[in-house]
Amino acid sequence: MQLSRRQFFKVAAGGLTGSSLVAMGFSPTAALAEVRTFKLARTTETRNTCPYCSVGCGIILYSLGDRAKNAHAEIIHIEGDPDHPVNRGTLCPKGAGLLDFVHSKNRLKFPEVREPGSKEWKRIGWDEAFGRIAKLMKEDRDANFVAKNADGTTVNRWLTTGFLAASASSNESGYITHKVVRSLGMLAFDNQARV
Amino acid sequence: MTNHWSDIKNADVILIMGGNAAEAHPCGFKWVTEAKAKNKARLVVVDPRFTRSAALADLYAPIRTGTDIAFLGGVIHYLITNNKVHMDYIKSYTDMSYLVKEEFAFADGFFSGYDPDKRKYDKSTWEYQTGADGYVLTDPSLENPRCVWNLMKAHFSRYTPEVVENICGTPKDKFLQVAELLASSHTPDRVMTILYALGWTQHSVGSQIIRTAAMVQLLLGNIGRAGGGVNALRGHSNIQGLTDLGLLSNLLPGYMTLPGEKETDYEQYIAKRAPKPMRPGQLSYWQNYGKFHVSLMKAWYGAAATRENNWAFDYLPKLDKTYDVLQVFELMHQGKMNGYVAQGFNPLNSFPNKAKVGAALGKLKYLVIIDPLATETSEFWQNHGEFNDVDPAQIQTTVFRLPSTCFAEEDGAIVNSGRWLQWHWKGAEPPGEAKSDPEIMAGIFLRLREMYKKDGGAFPDPILNLTWAHKVPFEPSPEELAKEYNGKTFADQTDPKDPTKVIKKAGELLDGFAQLKDDGSTACGCWIFSGAWTEKGNMMARRDNADPYQNGQTLGWAFAWPANRRILYNRAAADPAGKPWDPKRKQVWWDAAAGKWVGSDVPDFKVDSAPEDGMGPFIMNPEGIARFFARGMMNEGPFPEHYEPFETPIGVNPMHRNNPKATSNPAARVFKGDMEAFGTAKEFPYAATTYRLTEHFHYWTKHVESNAIIQPEQFVEIGEALAAEKGIKAGDKVKVSSNRGYIKAVAVVTKRIKPLKVDGKTVHHVGIPLHWGFKGVAKNGFITNTLTPFVGDGNTQTPEFKSFLVNVEKA
Repeated sequence: MQLSRRQFFKVAAGGLTGSSLVAMGFSPTAALAEVRTFKLARTTETRNTCPYCSVGCGIILYSLGDRAKNAHAEIIHIEGDPDHPVNRGTLCPKGAGLLDFVHSKNRLKFPEVREPGSKEWKRIGWDEAFGRIAKLMKEDRDANFVAKNADGTTVNRWLTTGFLAASASSNESGYITHKVVRSLGMLAFDNQARV
Repeated sequence: MTNHWSDIKNADVILIMGGNAAEAHPCGFKWVTEAKAKNKARLVVVDPRFTRSAALADLYAPIRTGTDIAFLGGVIHYLITNNKVHMDYIKSYTDMSYLVKEEFAFADGFFSGYDPDKRKYDKSTWEYQTGADGYVLTDPSLENPRCVWNLMKAHFSRYTPEVVENICGTPKDKFLQVAELLASSHTPDRVMTILYALGWTQHSVGSQIIRTAAMVQLLLGNIGRAGGGVNALRGHSNIQGLTDLGLLSNLLPGYMTLPGEKETDYEQYIAKRAPKPMRPGQLSYWQNYGKFHVSLMKAWYGAAATRENNWAFDYLPKLDKTYDVLQVFELMHQGKMNGYVAQGFNPLNSFPNKAKVGAALGKLKYLVIIDPLATETSEFWQNHGEFNDVDPAQIQTTVFRLPSTCFAEEDGAIVNSGRWLQWHWKGAEPPGEAKSDPEIMAGIFLRLREMYKKDGGAFPDPILNLTWAHKVPFEPSPEELAKEYNGKTFADQTDPKDPTKVIKKAGELLDGFAQLKDDGSTACGCWIFSGAWTEKGNMMARRDNADPYQNGQTLGWAFAWPANRRILYNRAAADPAGKPWDPKRKQVWWDAAAGKWVGSDVPDFKVDSAPEDGMGPFIMNPEGIARFFARGMMNEGPFPEHYEPFETPIGVNPMHRNNPKATSNPAARVFKGDMEAFGTAKEFPYAATTYRLTEHFHYWTKHVESNAIIQPEQFVEIGEALAAEKGIKAGDKVKVSSNRGYIKAVAVVTKRIKPLKVDGKTVHHVGIPLHWGFKGVAKNGFITNTLTPFVGDGNTQTPEFKSFLVNVEKA
């Protein structure tokens, strides 16, 4: 396969990634020397899955840095994975905007608390957050745990605190969340599948 | 999905109804266009709006929202009366010949056993007749008037094309064109797929709509076949996985269920879930329930789960009722809950009747939000003007907001709609101090455990004994967790055919759920995921996209549950003798020489059961076949019946004019106060429905700059006729109100929504996209669920977001 520089960029813009083309041995001969190196050629590629709808499109994250411990990786581009048997490199208007989700200015960065009656957030540390939450949960559980129902049957349930899990989180997050929630005896437990 | 995304290319007919794949699942919809281009497939879209899916359809039929059972019931009537059913398929693979109890009846909108005061059925008559040997009685001649076939024919005989037109507003000729095209797939050489989404689930009769669709597909012989099936296009990237893992009030992982408080005996708890075959020679695979359950308890509680304590049966909380989100917010609203945790969930926007949900949150002592983004729920206490008019000083809830990672900052697997578990890898560190969900769960849990260890407290045993085998306890790794749900053996396992041969050494990961035991020697956190991470490595990370049969099954890509099987019930793709119904579609077949089932997919069957053994293809059912008659498994009845939405624009159920109690789902649960908050057509004359846009995903992408730019401002869609009636021009600001509140938005006046003639009245639809709120980088807007009613499906309690009443006026 011979490609001129113009054809090369046309193909790349059509959805195939430049780097995959290079990997397949389709690099545009001679043309490379004439231009600035393709920016993505210097990035690290990571395979991932679009977190929006349930098609599960394969995506490739392109990040700066080489995964060295002290190198801060920053994702600079996201596109469809051409090897993926379902989306074959394509993305919809949601998936195509993923980079702006990763870098949204509304991403939360620190634990915060809003005290009763207050109008504002206050930044706190993880230790304080975990400690206060665990204390509130234990107080509520110890005060309201139902070991036996009116008939004297063992029911071991805790109904006064509930939990909503996230259907965009991974299996592993879901699995450990389920374990913890049930071990506490919670029944008020659902995820987006309910709605 | 019974099938999966790329399998859609194998279809000859595609029905999209209760969904809009072109806009909500665009990259999956490409397989619809592939089927059209390469397979000459015909696309049918039935929807109240002329969507972008409809724009690509060969045939579009409008329908009034909430009347899908009437439409599909009409299709069933059409198939039966025109003899367009796959008779060889249904004779062998369904319950059509089974005899039903004499006492079972249907009259005046109610099935036998209804108690109007409790709004519940006594389902004891909804059952088969059994013989002295305990097996179900059948009449293969189909002459007995009590056989399922005859009862079903009688039930649907009322759903004539005229009745469909009158209830659905679909012109009779359009309906007949659709029915005819669907019916064309009844021959063995043609297959139809049905694609649906929340447009079917979010109704007070949602589950019954989906059942009706399944019945259509059984009649046509399309279940188990490539290009066929009933396919739920799920709404979120891992909503399938979280359902599989059982993160719902009443479930345990792998579709096992929590005990009710009346189930005090462990053996009976298991026996009830492990039914014996109801016909001779059937597999009834759930008979293995005990193995799955004991292995789960061993995964969670290790050495603390013993035979003596019934594998820690007392550690499981016992249900007195289902604590679904509507029930929980009802209790919260009554002031009966103190704490709530929302992990990647935005209930203020996502649940019906925002005023009630907001008031309920304000009665909590503490609320914990775990999320990558600043959600509305996390600021329910803050005044955001007309969008959230509250007084923070009056709200005494302590709110914690914990930053979590997003997809790009973690390793892990998510399960797509086609049941594929696909592994993904971390590309960067999260912003600031954000932590992963497992780390946050560990942070809270390990502190709780420490306190219980030190100070004691209510029933600490399950907390103290929960397995936590992580190299770094505060950072459980995705790899460790994936191996835990895959399962391992504690003891050497030998070959069942040759006990001298060790096939698994103690401590090794299991190859699949067939290796699970109920003697405590195996542990497995989710039996249907077993096989995902074996001694051979991470099967979910596989990336071989080879498709040797060119039928899209790609068995080497990722891992599909169960057992890497791509199409469920695929035994039914072959005839009773074990030959493919259609030689062109090679799925699974009986290889007599090898003495086993083989093919392009992993057979969904007992692999060495010869066709002459007579085992049915639906091995999870104790009958071995698929059911037209649902027995007692649905709350509103064994056959689907049309009931109006709780807010109906016509005020009457035309199927049961003389029984007002059968206007809407008689078995749906309605809380006191919510019934009163329903509106009537007199005040709120228009049928409203909510939906997604291509450019947005729920309430996330309003935080995403590129999406906020392409779709910046809240709008509602109204048809030209209604706009003319109301003097509304495109671009006008309108106020849309229901009996629960109002929103204001820009009017998009469209040709895509046309008035329908229903039961002698003109019904206008109002389309309301759901994506806005008071947080984000898009223009702030109102929460759509301010308008929606607080009532759910009669089985799942999924809210009726898709059918309610509003009024529209110029703002």
